[in-house]
Amino acid sequence: MATLTMPRRAWVEQVMGLPISIHLRGPAVRDPHVHDLVQATYDELRAVDSLFSTYNPASDVSRINRGELTVADAHPLLAEVSLLCELAHERTAGCFDARLPRPGGGTWWDPTGVVKGWAGERAARRLAAIAGHDVTVNAGGDIAVMPGRKDSTPWRIAVEDPDDPDRPLAVVPLAAGGIATSGTGRRGLHIHDPRTGLAADAVRAVTVVGPSLLWADVYATAAMVMGPDARDWLESLDDYEGLVVGPDGVRTTSGLTTLD
Amino acid sequence: MRRIVLVVVSTISGLVMLFSYHTSTMGAGATAGPGTGASATPVDPGSASPAPSQSQATPKTTSGGSGGSGSGSGTFTGGVVDTQWGPVQVQIKVSGGKIRRATAVVYPSGNGRDAEINSYALPVLAQEVIAAQSAHIDQVSGATVTSDGYIASLQSAIDKAHL
Repeated sequence: MATLTMPRRAWVEQVMGLPISIHLRGPAVRDPHVHDLVQATYDELRAVDSLFSTYNPASDVSRINRGELTVADAHPLLAEVSLLCELAHERTAGCFDARLPRPGGGTWWDPTGVVKGWAGERAARRLAAIAGHDVTVNAGGDIAVMPGRKDSTPWRIAVEDPDDPDRPLAVVPLAAGGIATSGTGRRGLHIHDPRTGLAADAVRAVTVVGPSLLWADVYATAAMVMGPDARDWLESLDDYEGLVVGPDGVRTTSGLTTLD
Repeated sequence: MRRIVLVVVSTISGLVMLFSYHTSTMGAGATAGPGTGASATPVDPGSASPAPSQSQATPKTTSGGSGGSGSGSGTFTGGVVDTQWGPVQVQIKVSGGKIRRATAVVYPSGNGRDAEINSYALPVLAQEVIAAQSAHIDQVSGATVTSDGYIASLQSAIDKAHL
């Protein structure tokens, strides 16, 4: 209850081609040192982008794909992300794969499916150093939440309705952890099944909530690929819950208590 | 931005419709929407929420709140409203004439799933309740909250409110 009356402050900057908003709740949100730490966090997100961007020809990822650099010789964060990509591939039965088919044959490496959640979670962890302050980092709809206190009031996270983005489909209270949504969206962006190369469009959107934004994001993407099996697969995961918007309506895993 | 304002207006009237708290105990300022010019009187029931069948508010004195009754502050518990899922009851906290918090204190849970719910269980509020409470959303998770969709998004409005 106390945190509701706490001062709150937001910052928004465009990084990695996305609006990334940082919200802090706590007594010192107007202090200059807090502002400086937020700016340093954005600087770090930009540094991550300069390493991992697939659009920037000078990034380590681009150089690796051109064969000019190996993961072992790249910035140490590349090895960390590479390992996470392998783990994500294993934990999703191959429905998540950072190795994409190259048009002329062979594969190229695109770890961005892991990087967004990983970077958002990393930023939130860094900001959690501000004692007594609740943190959310929202990277284009994927949100990392770090509590500043044991009794922090949950943030009320709306899950967007893919058919009407102005009207939430659900609200999930979250005090700690991560929540991510994957979907085909309005931009006509498609998620492909790495096992077949075909567009995964059996379900409209999947939202996953759990202790880690990185894994919520990976699982949401993988569940999109699984299509009709998405809900049952999410049900089988420990510590993660999901909401699937499919042709038969909205279905949730049993750990989400719904009103219907 | 006009669209966002309309959303807020409709959610406020939805809230009022659902819980129709006593205005007499809250002062004149209490029923005005937070700066949107929203009328607190339900004009058009629309489809935003189920009709309140027996929603008489029961004002309770706050123990820790500043400002007593009559100054537009306090905790108010709406009457139990029968919805398609069962009874729903919502509590709102008001200070300075504005709704600071809305919480569902009673909602149906007899769906047989309760026993399965693990320690990480989280409630997902259904849409009719959200319609009444979406003025209190802190963040939006969605696939369209990207550069193209951001400017007109609910998330953008929430960010702006706290810059």
